[in-house]
Parts: sequence; C-alpha cells; structure tokens
Amino acid sequence: MTGAPLLRMTGIGKSFLGVRVLHGVDLDLHAGELHALVGENGAGKSTLMKVLAGVHRADTGRIELDGAEVSFEHPVRAQRAGVSTVFQEFNLLPERTVAQNVFLGRETRTRGVVDDRAMEGATAELLADLGLAGIAPWSKVRHLSVAEQQVVEIVKALSHDARVISMDEPTAALADHEVEVLYRIIARLRERGVGILYVSHRLKEIFDLADTITVLKDGHLVDTMAAADTRPAELVRKMVGRPVSSVFPDPLEPHGERVGEVRLSVSGAGNTRLDGIDLEVRGGEIVGLAGLQGSGRTEIAHGLFGVDRFTRGEVHVDGRRIDPRSPRRAVRAGLALVTEDRKSQGLLLDQSVLANARLVLDAVPPFGSGRRVRRIPGILSSLELVARGGHGQEVRFLSGGNQQKVVLAKWLATDPGVMILDEPTRGIDVGAKQAVYSLMRELAAAGVAILLISSELPELIGMSDRLVVLDDGRVAGELPGGSSEETVMALATGASVHREEAAP
Amino acid sequence: MTRVVSASRNLRARTGTTGLVYLALVIVLVVGALFVALRGGNLFTAANTVDLFTRSSLLGFLAIGQTLVILCRSLDLSVGYVTALSTMVAAITMAGDPSRIVLGIGATLGLAALIGLVNGLVITRLRVNPFIATLGMGLIIKGYLDTRFQGPGGSIPAEFQTFGLSRVGVLPVSTLVMLALAVAVILFLRRTRTGFHMYAVGGDAEVARLSGIRPELPVIIAHVLCSMTAGVAGLLLASRFGTGNTLVYGNGYELEAIAAVVLGGTYLLGGRGGVAGTVAGVFILATLDTVFNTLSVDPFVKDVLRGAIVIAAVAIYARGQHARTAVRLRFPSGGAPPPATVPPDPPTSPPEAEPAARGGTR
Repeated sequence: MTGAPLLRMTGIGKSFLGVRVLHGVDLDLHAGELHALVGENGAGKSTLMKVLAGVHRADTGRIELDGAEVSFEHPVRAQRAGVSTVFQEFNLLPERTVAQNVFLGRETRTRGVVDDRAMEGATAELLADLGLAGIAPWSKVRHLSVAEQQVVEIVKALSHDARVISMDEPTAALADHEVEVLYRIIARLRERGVGILYVSHRLKEIFDLADTITVLKDGHLVDTMAAADTRPAELVRKMVGRPVSSVFPDPLEPHGERVGEVRLSVSGAGNTRLDGIDLEVRGGEIVGLAGLQGSGRTEIAHGLFGVDRFTRGEVHVDGRRIDPRSPRRAVRAGLALVTEDRKSQGLLLDQSVLANARLVLDAVPPFGSGRRVRRIPGILSSLELVARGGHGQEVRFLSGGNQQKVVLAKWLATDPGVMILDEPTRGIDVGAKQAVYSLMRELAAAGVAILLISSELPELIGMSDRLVVLDDGRVAGELPGGSSEETVMALATGASVHREEAAP
Repeated sequence: MTRVVSASRNLRARTGTTGLVYLALVIVLVVGALFVALRGGNLFTAANTVDLFTRSSLLGFLAIGQTLVILCRSLDLSVGYVTALSTMVAAITMAGDPSRIVLGIGATLGLAALIGLVNGLVITRLRVNPFIATLGMGLIIKGYLDTRFQGPGGSIPAEFQTFGLSRVGVLPVSTLVMLALAVAVILFLRRTRTGFHMYAVGGDAEVARLSGIRPELPVIIAHVLCSMTAGVAGLLLASRFGTGNTLVYGNGYELEAIAAVVLGGTYLLGGRGGVAGTVAGVFILATLDTVFNTLSVDPFVKDVLRGAIVIAAVAIYARGQHARTAVRLRFPSGGAPPPATVPPDPPTSPPEAEPAARGGTR
C-alpha cells in the first residue's frame, strides 16, 4: 500500500497491575485495507484493540488518525472520531429494536420528539447498503440470530460514519454460510474505503481476506508482512517458537495399582458445542487437550463433569458406563474438575480454607466419612499451603497460588480416579506452578488419569504424554507429547487445510 | 416499500406481552362476570362499574410511577409513606380554603418530587441498593408521621373534593386523570430520549454507558416522577376523605403497585415493559376486587386468590424469556459429518465407535 495511512499506531505500550502486556507495538492501517492481527492466546491482540477502541488507555505511544494525534478516553470519543469496534460480546440491548440499538444514545429527533420511523428508515438504508435488507429495523434484537446481531453491531459502527472498524474474532460465533455473508459485508466496507483491523485465529480467513498481517507474540510485534508474500507455515512459525522458559518435572516411577488401565473413555460424545468427541485416558497418563479459545476444551470438561450435558455418545469411568447428568453424579463416579475460573467457580471466597477443602466431602454423602475428613489437614500441609491465619483463614486473603492449592486439596480429598484440570496454573506464581506440576506427576504415578487443559502451549506440551487437538468443537487430531508448538498450532488453526502449499 | 413497512410494523406493535396482558384482562372480566351471573348477579351494574373504576384510579397512579422506576432496574418501596405524607401536606396547606388549592397541590407535588430526588441521588451517587434506600426513606417518613400527628388532620375544601368524588357517567374524574397521565407517560417513554434511555439503563447499564448515555440521569428522573405520582395518589385520597390521614401507609400500596406493574408484563429486572401493560394490570387487580366484593368472598380467600393469580401470571410471562444472551449452537441438530481433512497421524486408541452409536443414546 502506498500513501499516508488512515490510522497509525506507534509504540503502543500497556501494563496491567505491573505486568506489561504490550511492548511498543506499531501498526499502520490504510483506507480500504484489511489488516489482520494474529498471535496466540494472550499475545496482546485484544488489548491492542481495546486501546484503539478507547476501552483501555495506552501507557505509552501515540495514535494518529489522518496524521492528527487523537486520544480516546472513552469509547464514545473513539466512535465519534470514526473508529468503531465490534467486540466478541455484543453491546446490544436485546429488548430494544434494531434501529433503537443502532441509534442508542443519539436518537434522531424531529420537532423535539424521538422519531422511530426516521431511525428505522436510516437503519434500513444502511442495511440495504450492505445488501442485507432481510433484517427488519423494527424487530427486537432478542429475536435475531448471532450473525444478525453482529450485522447490527457493524451497522451501528457505520451509522457513526466509521472509517476504521476493528473486529475481534468476528467469525467465532458464526456458522459457515454466515461467514460468507460476513465476507461480502467486509468486501463492501472496503470498497467504501473503510480500513478494517481484523483479529482472528483462523488462518484460512486471514489468507482469504487480509492484505497485511501483523503478528504479535507475548505483547511484542514480531513482524508485519504482506499476505500475498506469506505462507501459512511461515505465519505459524512466527506465532509460536518462543524459547522454553520453564522446566517441567520428569515423570515419576509409576507405583499405583491402576496404572495402564483405561480409566476414562469417551466415545462419540457431543452436544450443541461439541461433536464426535472420542477420548481415552489411562491411569498414570496425562492427556493434554489443546486448541484455541472456543475450540471446545472447556466444553469437554463441562460435559464430562455434568455442568453442560452431552446429548449423545457414551462416557465410561473405570469400565463402568456413567451418565454425567450433574456434577454430583460425576463426583460419585470418581471425577474431579479443577475449574478454569478459580474465584467464581472453584472457591467460596468468604469462607475458611478448611470449609472450602471439606466442601465436596460434606456435599456428596458417601464421601462424608470421618476418615476422609481427617485426611484434609495432611493434604493441605503436603501441598505446602501458606495461610497466615492457619486453616481458619478466609480464602479471599490468600495468594492465587495458595487459593489454587485449596481447590486441589478439595478434590484430592475425594480420592478421584480421573482428574480434569482446566487452566490449573492460570494467574499463579512460578513457585506454585512448579508445585502444581509435581503434584500432577505424583498423581499420575499413583494411577490417576489426568486430563489437562491449558492455553499455554509449552506447559501443555511439556506435561502431557499425549495431546488431543481440538478445532471448532471436533477432535482435529492427536499428537505425541513433546510435539513442536508449530505442529500443534497447525492442527488447531486448521492450517493443515493448506498442507499441500505449506509443505516445504 | 414504506407502506408495507409501516403496515407490518403496526402488526408487530400490536402483538407481544402487552397484548397478552389485555387478553388476560378480558378473560378475568368474562370469568368474573360468569361467576357473578352464576350467583344470580350482574358484574356490570352501574354501581359495580363505578366501584371498579374508583379502585383502579388510586392504584393506577402508584403503578404508573412504579413502572418507570422498575424499567430502570430500580424499585421504590417508599410510595405508600409518600402517599400518607402527601394527604397531610395537602390537607394542612389547603386548610379548607378554596383559594389555597393550587398552593396545596404545588406543595404536595414539590415535596414528593424532592423525596424522589433524594431517593434517586442516594441510589445512583451513594450506590445504595434501591430496596434498602427507599425502604429507609419510607421508615424516615413513617417516623415523622407517627411522632408529629395523631390521626386525621387538616381539611380539604369542597371544591377540591370533586377530584375524588365526582364523575362523568360511570367514569370517576380521578380515573380519567389517571388514564390521561398514563397516555402522557406512554408518550414520554416512546417519544423522548430520556424515555429511551430508561429502557437502555434498565436493560444493560454498561451498554448504555458505552453508548454515551449518563446512566444516573434516567434513574433519578424515574424516581422523581414515581414519587410525584405517589403525591397525586395522596391528593386523591385526601380529597376522598376530606382530611389528611397518616395511617394510609398501612395499606400496603407499594406492594400492590409492584404487583400491578409485574402483572402488566414489565420485567422486574428492568429494560422491558411499559405503562400500557401496567394499566391493564391495574384493571385486572381492580376487577378481581370488585368480583370478590360482589360475591362477598371471605377476605382470607380473597388474598390467597390474588396472590396466586399474580404468581401464575408472572410464571406465564417468564416462559420463553430465557436465552437473553446469544449462545452459539455449533451442532444444533445432532452429529454432522466430520470434516474432510484427515488427522495427520492416527491415534493409538482402539477403533472409533461406529457411526450408528452416535446419536443413539440419550
């Protein structure tokens, strides 16, 4: 692209609570250009978008629009300047009409009163411009499909005369035929000279749509390149391939009785988010579930644990068929789930360490025996829990790592046969991470079957004996432990579709 | 194009929860009339009709104001006490002198507006839960009334008593005023930005804020208007009694008004509903009372029936109103054929389950 850029971001830096998530990122966007922003989970793509949208303020760097420096303290300021963002969670009122949502906060008035007809007319025009006359401006947003709601967000952006529209994973919620509609809308927007910043995990879309690709990794700008000169394999290599920074403990000598037995087997499981999930975990084995956010990793954990039910397929634990209809049944069958969100799903923050550790034992009758309860203090001390107020300390005063130890103790107390760990090291310090890793090794050696979910690829690869890679609710393939990050990412992003051209 | 658009637009406007509420009103009227007829009576005599409309006006004022507050995802439990205070303020200010009627009305509505303003500011600025803030305000007013007054006080001039006592045909003047107010508030909600923003703030305050709306303002205005309608209710009661009466706060007006609002299809968590439905809710409750009175139903049974009807109605509205957030249904219709791409290296696991096994279990 030639000429002056429409939007220029230079040296954008941002920290949260002392952690730098963006390190001096530069980005240029020209009129009519689609600029894709790619990177692994946590690479800083969303933060950069939010800085542009006025949701976050950058600590360093400057944003220029048409050569003039701008500063967006509030999302409304960004919108008025012509920079709109379509987030993954829509900012729409379900009980109001399409037109009312599009003009929210700046309703059209004639002779002092709000003019619904005028707003509906203007909305209909914008929709017709995009070739989408099928959406009625007076229908309530609640009655629209996810794809149509996304269109409403785009129309809302256009009604502000947006010259820059950024989209965060716009296809994440769309079915295939809806993606085609989005492609057409994007083509129209580009004809009109709108610059589009496009965040996506899906390499196919990026190569279909983008003129320019910027790769971010750990908050750093890796490279900006023309899409036409880039191959998928090269892109994947730039997205991953960071040096292995942490060392994972080696597997221990197995000593449990059930090592090698199939303890968890899933066949043909599915529901509205998953399909055809086949999975097998043996005692002593750590199986990693890899995949991008939204690929169905957590959904599998929830299905197994009876949080969201599988509507088809079979689940066997220790050879017995189970029907995990509720977490209570799953616990009785010998499953344990360390949830992704410790604070809202794993702990009662206002209660003591001991009360939390006893929670499952007290709640599910056959476990409430004195023997198991008496073991809790031993479990807590073997996890090296540090709580200044002892076991009576309220959990909310503990550090993230110690909170996670309480969650682990809660589940260890039930003597689980199958343990599902969803992001067990998220937000905890290095020391606590090592403790979690060693614990996993010990449990595996004792014959527990472990299913590990993690967004941190090095951790997943370093800890797992086998990796099951998910893509879009299905198993995309299985890889041995110690596979390269490139191989995993290629499977998870569907880059294997480009296999022929990507092969060296 | 425009004609088609407006025609189908009107069609849509007529359907929805409000239509359901008016249908419920018709059913209640028909069933009530049948019950009365079975006992050899007639629900639609002039006396009964006047009774029905008279009951609806007082509750109507309170419920219209409460609708605005609930639409903003707030609540006002102080309206019963504001009504009681207003009867005293009106009667004492007017003091039986016709020339002081306007002054009395102004003082009553002004004080009510001030109370509403305090409610709104405490809720939005001090971030006190609306339930607690308005309950506290109610208790403060109750304490003042209990210590300063014993029984009725003041006097309403005969000229102002026409507001509460006279009527045009079977329609009491107070009911006509209530209906006029309802129309005004409907227009306010549908034709002003503030009205639109009430729906926005009640629906999702964060969305409203991100759209450039100051989310406090609609809430404060709703509370001021709600208190003022309680003031009007106080004026009505005073003109009926001829004096101010502190003890009317014991009649549970606030809860009955909330019941009417919810019965009218307004979502208790805000952002959905309107005054048209509330008016129907008010008439449903008034019809029930008139029917029960005509049938001389035991007061205990009467309360049980009213409670059961309110709960049943809300349960019916609640059906099919789930799934407020868009959830992606990736595989809504069961298993789809697997993708064309073949996994690079086959896993070491035993043979895959047969396709027949898929979907065969429930």
